[in-house]
Amino acid sequence: MSHHIIQAGNLKYTYPDGRQALNGVTFQIVHGESVGIVGANGAGKSTLLMHLVGVLFPDEGEISVGEVPVIKKTLPVIRQSVGMVFQDPDDQLFMTTVYDDVAFGPRNYKLPGEEVEKRVKNALETVGILHLMDRPPYKLSGGEKRAAAIATVLAMKPDILVMDEPSSALDPKSRRRLITLLQRFAHTKIIATHDLDMVLELCERTIILNDGKIVTDGPTLEILTNEELMEKCGLEMPLGLQGCPVCGAKKAT
Amino acid sequence: MSNMIASLYNIRLLDELAEKRTIIHNIHPLVKVFTTCVYLIVTVSFDKYELSGLLPLVFYPVIVIALADIPIVPLLKRMLVVAPFIIGIGLFNPLFDHSPMVVLPWMQISGGWISFFSILMKGVLTILAALVLIATTGMTRIAAALGMMRVPGVFILQLLLTYRYISVLIEEVGRTVRAYSLRSRGEKGIRFSDWGSLTGQLLIRTLERAQRIYHSMCCRGFAGDYNAGSEKRIQIGDILYFAGWGLYFVVVRYFNIPAALGSLITGVGR
Amino acid sequence: MHMADALISPVVGGAMWAATAGVAAYSVKKVQNDLDEQKIPLMGVMGAFVFAAQMINFTIPATGSSGHLGGGLLLAILLGPYAGFLAMASILVIQALFFADGGLLALGCNIFNLGFYTCFIAYPIIYKWIMRKGYSTGRIFTGAMLSAIIGLQLGAFSVVLETLLSGKSELPFGTFVMLMQPIHLAIGVVEGLVTAAVVGFVWKARPEIIKKAASGEALGRVTIKKVLAGLAVVAVITGGVFSWFASAYPDGLEWSMANTSGKEELEAPEGIHQTLAAIQEKVAFLPDYSFKAQEQETSAHAAETEAAWPAVDAGTSVSGLAGGAMTLLLAGVIGFCINLVKKRNKTRVV
Repeated sequence: MSHHIIQAGNLKYTYPDGRQALNGVTFQIVHGESVGIVGANGAGKSTLLMHLVGVLFPDEGEISVGEVPVIKKTLPVIRQSVGMVFQDPDDQLFMTTVYDDVAFGPRNYKLPGEEVEKRVKNALETVGILHLMDRPPYKLSGGEKRAAAIATVLAMKPDILVMDEPSSALDPKSRRRLITLLQRFAHTKIIATHDLDMVLELCERTIILNDGKIVTDGPTLEILTNEELMEKCGLEMPLGLQGCPVCGAKKAT
Repeated sequence: MSNMIASLYNIRLLDELAEKRTIIHNIHPLVKVFTTCVYLIVTVSFDKYELSGLLPLVFYPVIVIALADIPIVPLLKRMLVVAPFIIGIGLFNPLFDHSPMVVLPWMQISGGWISFFSILMKGVLTILAALVLIATTGMTRIAAALGMMRVPGVFILQLLLTYRYISVLIEEVGRTVRAYSLRSRGEKGIRFSDWGSLTGQLLIRTLERAQRIYHSMCCRGFAGDYNAGSEKRIQIGDILYFAGWGLYFVVVRYFNIPAALGSLITGVGR
Repeated sequence: MHMADALISPVVGGAMWAATAGVAAYSVKKVQNDLDEQKIPLMGVMGAFVFAAQMINFTIPATGSSGHLGGGLLLAILLGPYAGFLAMASILVIQALFFADGGLLALGCNIFNLGFYTCFIAYPIIYKWIMRKGYSTGRIFTGAMLSAIIGLQLGAFSVVLETLLSGKSELPFGTFVMLMQPIHLAIGVVEGLVTAAVVGFVWKARPEIIKKAASGEALGRVTIKKVLAGLAVVAVITGGVFSWFASAYPDGLEWSMANTSGKEELEAPEGIHQTLAAIQEKVAFLPDYSFKAQEQETSAHAAETEAAWPAVDAGTSVSGLAGGAMTLLLAGVIGFCINLVKKRNKTRVV
């Protein structure tokens, strides 16, 4: 895997309806890092993620992946190294069978049939749903859909995985399976989420966004244990760090 | 509301049937499409007063349904839903065509009734052929067959997308309508004045979804064309299937087998 | 308004398939040249939307009946005529395959009847013209109403022509028209109202969507020419059809009136049939030449037997019935046997 560095410099973006979603965002993410992006609703998390894959382009500032600036011309290259998993798996699974969905990416890159098949089967096996290869998406459970959505991205062999709320609407077992899966990945991971306990388990680094600005950027354990900081940003501490609901003992300081 | 559930159920049932693995299901989809086409053309090409000559065509759906393990009852139910329209137009025939055509020892049957039954028969055969096609092939493989027929990829892709999102949208519509009916005072259906905003909201949400899907496609390399997978090869068994049925249909079209059979039995005619 | 296979002939079905395929191919080209790739998922999802929206029945006040959206006009307004036509085609394909709503052979007719007139005639000529000065609630209403009504009237009339030219139904032209047009006038009014309601709502809530859709397609100067050319073709065909009818029946009105008396029945079917046989000879819609030859033979044979039919005697009729019954019986037995063998194989394996 090549060593891609994601560099964002003073990103500013305003939606057509006037809402300023990003107000000067700067950061650097190096290869292999696992970064959690957290913030209240409307803080700009999804907007930021969409800038990483070139779905949106900043009004001001620039963003580059591995020295390649994310502009319209470079999108084919960018999207081969950055794989994005969207919030609603139904938006990501748009073909009539799981196989066709996972094969969509490789086929678009005009890979030969056997290579496509190999990649599809590898991706499905990695996420653990090889047996669901020929199923139509409407027959999948929430967790299976999420796994299939991740597989559709894995089939393109990206170096960087960007995920928008991957654990939302998952039942506890599926959520645990997802976390276990993501822990095994060696990719660079950028995860926007409300699931602070997942961030605690998966990401060694956390960025808090508030009103389109980065409030803080540093080690997860430092940030998520800072009760005051969390409250200020419209969040609270991860449930795993809060006091025990049964005996009242405090867990972390 | 119930029609939504019924539609979803219908699509999913046919989809599930198409995933079985019988000898018919394994026939190449392009061959099945062509066989169905020939069948439909032959059936419909019969003269409007032809009744007995049509009957041997019933072997095709009967045999395929049996070999492909397709349950008859859903097919018949579907036919009952669609039949009234055909019956409605067909019933005008006896009204306007009174000339006696079939003379039996105990009664006379007018040409109008013969052509009516002919229409009914053709209706049954053609509807069965179409349902049998989808029940043994399924949307994905039909799309593959269309691709082999050089139908433009753009059309195939959007046909597949339409099919894929029908379930999603029907469920969304269903939820919205259910929420509405829980707050309305037991009236059936939706008041017209509310229909505009209800459907309008759904439309806006649908447009937003379409945009998200587009982004999702772009992030996986979509550039405006559709790349289907490699196509299954046509084998000798498929060719024999098509040749066999094709020959049978042509023979049935040319020779009135029941009449010949009948002459044999009753000893009338040569 | 979906036509069934049982009521059309191969010639009519084939001709309309060719027409639909031509329009569709042209539409695909225009959509591809559009450079707006976003149209493709939009077409797909909008097709699904119209399909789903057709299931929302609303109560029509004072009539106690319910109505629902047809969709062609809405698709044309939001997607433009080309993408709208293709989306309508997808909906009809799925309806024909999964719901037997319209036959597969008649699919060409149905796509044309429900898609062409709304997207390529009513929308560009009527709707766009009314909207040329910009959108307003009143204009949306008039535009949608007029376009829907006229589009559906044209489609309904198409159904009449296609059925008549197929020669399977005995419905005389006059009666059929009197049946179809008023019903579809009512349906058109409903369609216009619903389309106006939805477009009106979206225009108030998110006007940029309507603005984008209205400016998106290049239906400016070039296409009006093509539309007029299309209209000319339609006029020629209609004129041709009428002249055929005129030659067979000197006075159309007299003919439809005489039909109810039942005297001229035998002549009418033969006339149409011979005309169709003539069509089949002249126009090579079916690629297989040998099939055409068969058609000619059987039509000639049928013309002979038609003359002979009224004089048929009891013996041949009975034998015909007997043979028919035997065939059905045989079919049932074969089906039953196959099922039996399958069930036995299943239990043996298990």
